[in-house]
Amino acid sequence: MAERPEDLNLPNAVITRIIKEALPEGVNVSKEARSAISRAASVFVLYATSCANNFAMKGKRKTLNAGDVLSAMEEMEFQRFVAPLKESLEVYRREQKGKKEARKDKDKKADSEEQDKSREEENDDDDERMEEEEQNDEEEVDN
Amino acid sequence: AARLSGGENRLVSLPLSRIRVIMKSSPEVSSINQDALFLTAKATELFVQYLATYSYKHGRGKEKNALTYGDLSHTAEECETFQFLADILPKKILASKYLKMLEKEKRDGEVGEDDEEDEEEGDEDATVGEDVGS
Repeated sequence: MAERPEDLNLPNAVITRIIKEALPEGVNVSKEARSAISRAASVFVLYATSCANNFAMKGKRKTLNAGDVLSAMEEMEFQRFVAPLKESLEVYRREQKGKKEARKDKDKKADSEEQDKSREEENDDDDERMEEEEQNDEEEVDN
Repeated sequence: AARLSGGENRLVSLPLSRIRVIMKSSPEVSSINQDALFLTAKATELFVQYLATYSYKHGRGKEKNALTYGDLSHTAEECETFQFLADILPKKILASKYLKMLEKEKRDGEVGEDDEEDEEEGDEDATVGEDVGS
């Protein structure tokens, strides 16, 4: 994937919304400030990733996991994030589990109703499609 | 499956796909587990909130009920937690001040050239205050 400058930026509309919801009502946020916060957020992602990756490497793993990210937050002096992150993670995992089971139920139904060849394909792409759906949903926000 | 676009109801607003692109731009990273991706996105949101509120509270824009670039760069400089942002949020100075700085450096540079001439004549450490002679 070619890394054009805009690819490493986060959607302005979402960043703006997060800022507005965090500040008291009526506070004016200059365009420059918004842009600066957006850049800062991208840098934060890079810094967090690098830090988390160090923990993964220490554990001799090639895949970054949840624990690595949480350890990174502590290392970066953002301990205040750890508790809310753990809570959100619980909800996220439940959501993901729910979706998986919902799909399996749908598949079972489709199976018993008709002999569908395409079901084999669905199972293989299961995880990836779930991810993509997630992403597509998220993408809708910034337009 | 279309989801409600209302921000407050979502678990995370930042798009995971974009977060992944940024994470993958790091050469040492091979793969990222889905939970880690989610946590990074969520942490980034918390970070944006924290940076905005901290800068607003501690900045001078508060007087005008505004959050300005200056507030952010002040935070990056003063607060240790945000120091990793110092390079991308530099303080801004007036162009006129910058020109004066350049002029001063140039003048200091010219004095320095005289000292260098002394060194060429054989003095080891040309200190300010020695008689120059030329």
